[in-house]
Amino acid sequence: MTTEIWWASGIFWRKTAIWVTAGSFVVLVFLTFDSMSQITAGTKRVPAYSAINHRIEYRFDEARHVQVPVIGAEEPLFGRKLTEQEAEALVDKGKLTVQAKNCMSCHTLLGNGAYYAPDLTKAWLDPFWGSREMREELMVEFIKDPSDKLHNGLGRRMPRLGITDEEARAVVAFLKWMSTIDTNGFPYNFKPLDQEN
Amino acid sequence: MTALGTIDGTNLNGGQKLAVKYFCVAAILFGAQIAFGLLAGLQYLIPDFLYEVLDFSINRMVHINAMVVWMLFGFIGSAYWLMEEESGIPVVGLKLGNLVFWIFTAAVAVVVAVYLLVQIGPGEHSTLWLITEGREYIEAPRWADIGIVVCLLVFFFNAAATFNKGKWTGIGGVLVLDLIALFGIYLAGMFYTTNISVDQYWWWWVIHLWVEATWEVLVGVLMAYGLMTVLGARRKIVETWLYIEVALMFGSGILGLGHHYFWIGTPEYWLSIGGFFSALEPVPLVAMVVHAVFDSGVHKMRSSNHPAMAWLIAHAFGNFFGAGVWGFMHTLPQINLYTHGTQWSASHGHLAFFGAYATINIAFFYIAMQKWRGNVWMSGDLVGGWKWKWSMVLLNLGMVGMTMGLLVAGYEQSQIERAIEGSTWAGYFAAQAHPWFQQGMFWRMIFGGMFAAGYVLLVLDLLTIGRHETRPAQNVSAGG
Repeated sequence: MTTEIWWASGIFWRKTAIWVTAGSFVVLVFLTFDSMSQITAGTKRVPAYSAINHRIEYRFDEARHVQVPVIGAEEPLFGRKLTEQEAEALVDKGKLTVQAKNCMSCHTLLGNGAYYAPDLTKAWLDPFWGSREMREELMVEFIKDPSDKLHNGLGRRMPRLGITDEEARAVVAFLKWMSTIDTNGFPYNFKPLDQEN
Repeated sequence: MTALGTIDGTNLNGGQKLAVKYFCVAAILFGAQIAFGLLAGLQYLIPDFLYEVLDFSINRMVHINAMVVWMLFGFIGSAYWLMEEESGIPVVGLKLGNLVFWIFTAAVAVVVAVYLLVQIGPGEHSTLWLITEGREYIEAPRWADIGIVVCLLVFFFNAAATFNKGKWTGIGGVLVLDLIALFGIYLAGMFYTTNISVDQYWWWWVIHLWVEATWEVLVGVLMAYGLMTVLGARRKIVETWLYIEVALMFGSGILGLGHHYFWIGTPEYWLSIGGFFSALEPVPLVAMVVHAVFDSGVHKMRSSNHPAMAWLIAHAFGNFFGAGVWGFMHTLPQINLYTHGTQWSASHGHLAFFGAYATINIAFFYIAMQKWRGNVWMSGDLVGGWKWKWSMVLLNLGMVGMTMGLLVAGYEQSQIERAIEGSTWAGYFAAQAHPWFQQGMFWRMIFGGMFAAGYVLLVLDLLTIGRHETRPAQNVSAGG
C-alpha cells in the first residue's frame, strides 16, 4: 500500500465529522437561547396575550419593506377587556382546540400544515369577514357549524368538528393573538379587512 | 437446510430474523400510505367525497403518519439486518428486541384505529394524551410518544450493546451515535405550549433534524453497507465516504434548520443563516451520487443483487433531486416568501421522501429477500426479472408525475394567490379554482394510480423473486 494522503484518509474525515457536528450543534444551541428570549409571549416580536384587547393592524413598514403587525387602540374581543391571565387562559383554550380538532391537517398556521384550506396566520384580518362589527360573531358561528355556510366556488367545505361555543370563542381569541406575531412580512402583500368603519 | 430459492428463517441470523418482521410491517404501512394518499388526492377533485366520514384531514394525517412509521420501521429493520455481520456477534438482548417489535406494532395499530374511528376530541389536554396531538407529522398522542421513546431506547440498547461487545466498525460507530441524536431530538416534540411560535420552533427540531440530518446520516450508513454487500466495495472506501458525508450533512443540515425559521416569529438573522446553510444542503447529496455511481463503475456494474443495486442508485439520484434540487429551488427566503405553504412544498415533500428514503428501504427489502431464500442468484437473466424492472419504472415514473403535477399547482399558487392576490382567502380560492391548479391535481391523481400499480407489482415481486432460481448468488466479494 502507498502512504495515505491526508485528504483521502478515513481518520481525517472522522475527526472532521465530529468537530463539524459538535461545532454546528453548539452554534444552534446558542441561537436557540437567543431566539427563545425573542419569541416568548410578551416580547416585541411575539406580543402578550392581552393584545387581544386591542385592534390589530398589518401595515407596511418603510424601513423593513414588509408589512408588520401593529397593536392599535383598545378594542376588546367580544366587547370584554381581559386581564393578562384571563387572556392567556382563553388563547390557551383556543390553541388546545386547534390541536384537538387537527386544524393543521387541512390549514396552515404561520404557513405550516396542510394545503387543503387557507392559511390562518391572518385569519383575523381577512376581508372574507366583511366588516369589523360582524367579524367576531361570524367567526364563532362559522367555526361551530361551517357545513351550511358560504365557502367558495369549488364545493370544498369545512366539516362540523363538534366545536362548542366556548371553544369557538377561544379559537377566535387564538387567531386574533396569532395575527399579532411579527412574521418578517409573511404573508406578503396581504390586503387586510377594512377596520376603519 | 432447505433447497435454494425457498423462504427459510434458518438462512438468516438472529438480527435478520427480527429485521424481516420489521420489513413486513413497513411494506404493509407503505401500502396504507398510498391508499390514504389516493383518498386525500381524490378529495381535491371531488370535494364531497367522504365528507364528514373520512375528511381530508384524517386521510392526510394517516397518509403522512403511515409514511413516517413505515420508513422508521424500515430503518430499524435495516439496522438489525446489518448488526450481526458488522459486529461479528449475535445481537445482545435480542429477546427484548423481539418483544418490543410486537409492542411497537400493536401500538401503531391502536393509534391508527383511534385516528380513523375517534378522529378528534374536545379542546382539552386529555385529547392530546389519548387521541391526537394535532401537530403535523407528530400527531401521535402523548401515550404513544412515550411508547415510541421506550421502544427506541430498547433498539438503541440492542445496537450499542452489540457493537460494544463485538467490534466497532465505522458503520457501527456512526449508526450508534446517530441513534442517540435520533432519540434526543424526538423529546423536543413532546410538550404542549400556548405560544405557537415556540411550539413551531421545537416542532421543527423534530421534523427537520430528523428528516434533513439524522435520517440522512442513517441512509448514509445503509448506503455504505449496501454497496459493500451488493457490489463488494471495499470497507475503507465506503467508510471514508461515510465520514465525509456525515461532515457535510451535519455541517449543512444542523444550521440549515434555519430555513424553517423565516416566518414563524423568530428573529430576522435566521433569514441569512437559514438561507446560507440550506443552500449548502445539496452538497452532501451530490457527494452521495458521485460515491454510488463511481463505485458501480469501478465494479463494472457487476452486482450480486441487481434490483437492490438499481434501487441504491435510484436513492442516490432521488435524494439529490428530491431533497437537494427541489429543496434548493424554494429554500432562499426571497422565493420562500411566496412558496411557503403552497403545493410547492408538497411537490418537494413527495419527491424527497420517496427519493431519499423509500428507495433505500426498498433496496434493503431486496437484500433481505435474497438472503431469506438462501442467498439466491439475483443478478442478470433473473427468472421473472420483468417484475422488478416494471415495478421500478411504475413507482419512479408515478412519483415524478405526481411531483410535476404538484409543482405546476405550486407555481400557479405562488403567482396568483401570493404575488397577485395578496394571500387573502379570496386569493387562495382563486388560485385553487384556476385550471392550471385543477389540471395539476388531476395529473397527480393519474400518476398516483400509476404509483399504486407499481407498489402492487413490487409486493408481488418481493414475494416471488428468486423462487424458481437454482443458481447461488453471484460472488462479488473478491477484488476491490
